[in-house]
Amino acid sequence: MKLELRGITKRFGALTANDHIDLVVTPGEIHCLLGENGAGKSTLMNVLYGLYQADEGEILLDDEVQHFSGPGDAMRAGIGMVHQHFMLVPVFTVAENVMLGHESTKAGGRLDLDAARARVREISDRFGFDVDPDARIEDLPVGVQQRVEIIKALSRNAGVLVFDEPTAVLTPQETDELIGIMKQLRDSGTAIVFITHKLREVREVADRITVIRLGQVVGEAEPTASNAELASLMVGRAVELTVDKTPARPGADALVLDDVHVYDLNGVPVVDGVSLTVRAGEILAIAGVQGNGQTELTEAIFGLQPQVTGRIVLDGEELTGRTVRQVLDAGAGFVPEDRQHDGLVPEFTIAENLMLDRADGEPFVRLGALRLKDLAAFAQERLRRFDIRAQGIGTRVGRLSGGNQQKVVLARELSRELRLFVAAQPTRGLDVGSIEFVHEQIVATRDAGVPVIVVSTELDEVVALADRIAVMYRGRVVGVVPADTPRDVLGLMMAGEAPQAVAA
Amino acid sequence: MTTLETSTTGAVVGAAGPRRSWRVVWIYGVLTAIALVVLVGFARPGVARFGLATGSDFVQLPEVVLPGLATGIVVALVAIACTVAAVLLRRRDRHQPLWLPVVFAVALVVGLLTWATTGAGQSVPLPGLLGGSLALAVPLIFGALGGVISERVGVVNVAIEGQLLAGAFTGAVVASLTRSLIVGLVAAMVAGMLVSFVLAAFAIKYLVDQVIVGVVLNVLVLGLTNFLYTLVLVPASATLNSPPQFSPIAIPVLSAIPVLGPVLFRQTVIVYLMYLGVVAVTIGLFRTKWGLRLRAVGEHPQAADTVGISVGGTRFWNVSLAGAIAGLGGAYLTLASVPSFTRDVTSGAGFIALAAVIFGQWNPVKATLAALLFGFASNLQNVLGIVGSPVPPDFLLMLPYVVTIFAVAGLVGQVRGPAAAGRPYIKG
Repeated sequence: MKLELRGITKRFGALTANDHIDLVVTPGEIHCLLGENGAGKSTLMNVLYGLYQADEGEILLDDEVQHFSGPGDAMRAGIGMVHQHFMLVPVFTVAENVMLGHESTKAGGRLDLDAARARVREISDRFGFDVDPDARIEDLPVGVQQRVEIIKALSRNAGVLVFDEPTAVLTPQETDELIGIMKQLRDSGTAIVFITHKLREVREVADRITVIRLGQVVGEAEPTASNAELASLMVGRAVELTVDKTPARPGADALVLDDVHVYDLNGVPVVDGVSLTVRAGEILAIAGVQGNGQTELTEAIFGLQPQVTGRIVLDGEELTGRTVRQVLDAGAGFVPEDRQHDGLVPEFTIAENLMLDRADGEPFVRLGALRLKDLAAFAQERLRRFDIRAQGIGTRVGRLSGGNQQKVVLARELSRELRLFVAAQPTRGLDVGSIEFVHEQIVATRDAGVPVIVVSTELDEVVALADRIAVMYRGRVVGVVPADTPRDVLGLMMAGEAPQAVAA
Repeated sequence: MTTLETSTTGAVVGAAGPRRSWRVVWIYGVLTAIALVVLVGFARPGVARFGLATGSDFVQLPEVVLPGLATGIVVALVAIACTVAAVLLRRRDRHQPLWLPVVFAVALVVGLLTWATTGAGQSVPLPGLLGGSLALAVPLIFGALGGVISERVGVVNVAIEGQLLAGAFTGAVVASLTRSLIVGLVAAMVAGMLVSFVLAAFAIKYLVDQVIVGVVLNVLVLGLTNFLYTLVLVPASATLNSPPQFSPIAIPVLSAIPVLGPVLFRQTVIVYLMYLGVVAVTIGLFRTKWGLRLRAVGEHPQAADTVGISVGGTRFWNVSLAGAIAGLGGAYLTLASVPSFTRDVTSGAGFIALAAVIFGQWNPVKATLAALLFGFASNLQNVLGIVGSPVPPDFLLMLPYVVTIFAVAGLVGQVRGPAAAGRPYIKG
């Protein structure tokens, strides 16, 4: 099925998310839609899928103009979508999820589950998916859940299949398998739209590439284009893809984790016996697929997890069982994973957010009263030094872009005398320019002799920043390896395999 | 982000095997210990007598005489056996089957009844006790069914009380005016539905906090019916508040079964509708297209939206349906129990129904069992007072609720309601 978008325009108030976008995808090709976060890729796909109505422009399938008033229409017309956040009901079985919305029924409106199971098996066998139709979604690994999403789309005879950032939750090996599946689907005549911001994947799988920036198509590229070419097209200027850093000069052991366990509310261990050492003046990157205990581990260091056993020692000082306040006073700085939820108060101004960690006394509070003048001077200086783009220090943080929000978090955390710095997913959702800045700050902190932990699910970031890499899988550290470890080895470790040769 | 995180943690937990807590087992243990102490330790001399027969039974059963202490011991043994079974099942990481808590509860209730009436002046009329329990449970069950549907589709229904009350009032008035019970019944359903419309409109369209709308609706309906009752119904009670009354219909053969026959099958049309309702909602929820879509909307509205199911529409009509069902429960109060409306005739039944929904884990059958337990609890004190039990009735009235608190506390963290209940759905 041939898909054509003509002059699609979508506005949200004053913001034009999509500005006259044209796109043609023919059967049997994988068309990559490349763009930064916020470039308008997702908006475009939501228009295509009937979730949003375009203000201008039209959608054509096999040269016929379509009018979608909802996802149901788009689906009936033959458009299937594999969402970034899976649209699967966790407590339903695979078969129930696949049949939902176009159920076949027996007499009296009863569900014909046998027919749904047969359909799942048929598609699953055709592509070698190995999916059990009676498994409950919440019991399945993420990679398999994604296959269920694909089966869901195929069971409706989708001729156009849209993959929205599908590799964000996958290990490198699962990504390879997904790429294999996409090629197989392409060869069977499906038109595929692949949305991503990861250059490596684009070059591996794309037949054609369209680059979007600020809601506009800025150009087409050949799959043979280099990373630097694609990146500069995406960002609109030449960008530094590697992080500039000198070799680390690590000092003494600073942070020592010894057999740390963290349990969730049900008593299930989410961090399962982690022992790590971070030396002063080095960056230890913790790699791993989302949800393998990295978040909980960093939170445990800062006293944010209720059930922790084992020992956490910073410069000989015991941090285990301390309150968050005590850990911060010990000189620890923290960039939490979710800046909007844990890192900032969106309703507060930039200045107020900059003093959140020192709201209990000097220098910004005296005798219970805020010292607004000192705070303003401090905030002005931070604004300048961290290049926070805002109208002023009185701007509410919730109104800033993701990159500027993250700069506010960094500006706050790096304004104290630090003895430990932990950054969790420090560049998630940021534009390339901000990523460069954040990386520079992290390296500068290291060079100042602070032990640094960076948690990231992006292998590129891990490799770029790390002096040593620890890979976590299901709450355990699979191994600690040098920064120049090959990617395929890291990928295998992220899937839980610890090749003896690399385990150091 | 949320979806992603839950799914990945889910995968990890799934890999570690299903984890069930020991808490439920502890509840069994504690209750068994209490039963031992009270039923055996504080056993009183004498016997408890239970009358089983009503006039029209197949077989006339003789009165059952249970010796106090011996019964206490037997009940305690059954309770211990249930606890052991629970421990063994937990050890093997198996699911606790539904019959286990039911057997356990029945044993404890028998023990409690025997203990409380040992040495009482009269025998306990068992069919009367059970029949009265069912009568008190009927509005609860209708309310709970409405609650289950509404919460399963993702709207927290605190307004059950208001729906019951609106149904009771409207049913009484319309039946009085038209002299037709069927019209009264339909009017009660419509009234319950109207209350639901308000809840649905505010909760789904205007995204107001569902609990707040529900609470406000309860107060509104209570105030409105009180006002109309005093101002309109009392002066003209002959024309407006004296509806005809449903008479019981005995189902041949079934109604002649000893003990249970007259309790279950010598009832009004509304009760038979209730039986049908429980069966229909259970099958509907878990076996039909309607149920699958309804549950999908309550668990993951976005997933439902992206496969072309209208979240708002599904929620609106099912919340309305829930209101209609609850309205029927209200009609039972004024068209079957007592043929007239009185001020606050529901007296909190809607809130008990809400408790039954949660205690019943959002499952129609379990919620019905919970409602029956609550009905039994309410009826116990009446009957024991009449029989002349030496135990203060207030104390007995308290016991089932204490049990409930224990049970619900034990279930916390074990049961999971519909994931999206209470959260408005915003597209995009």
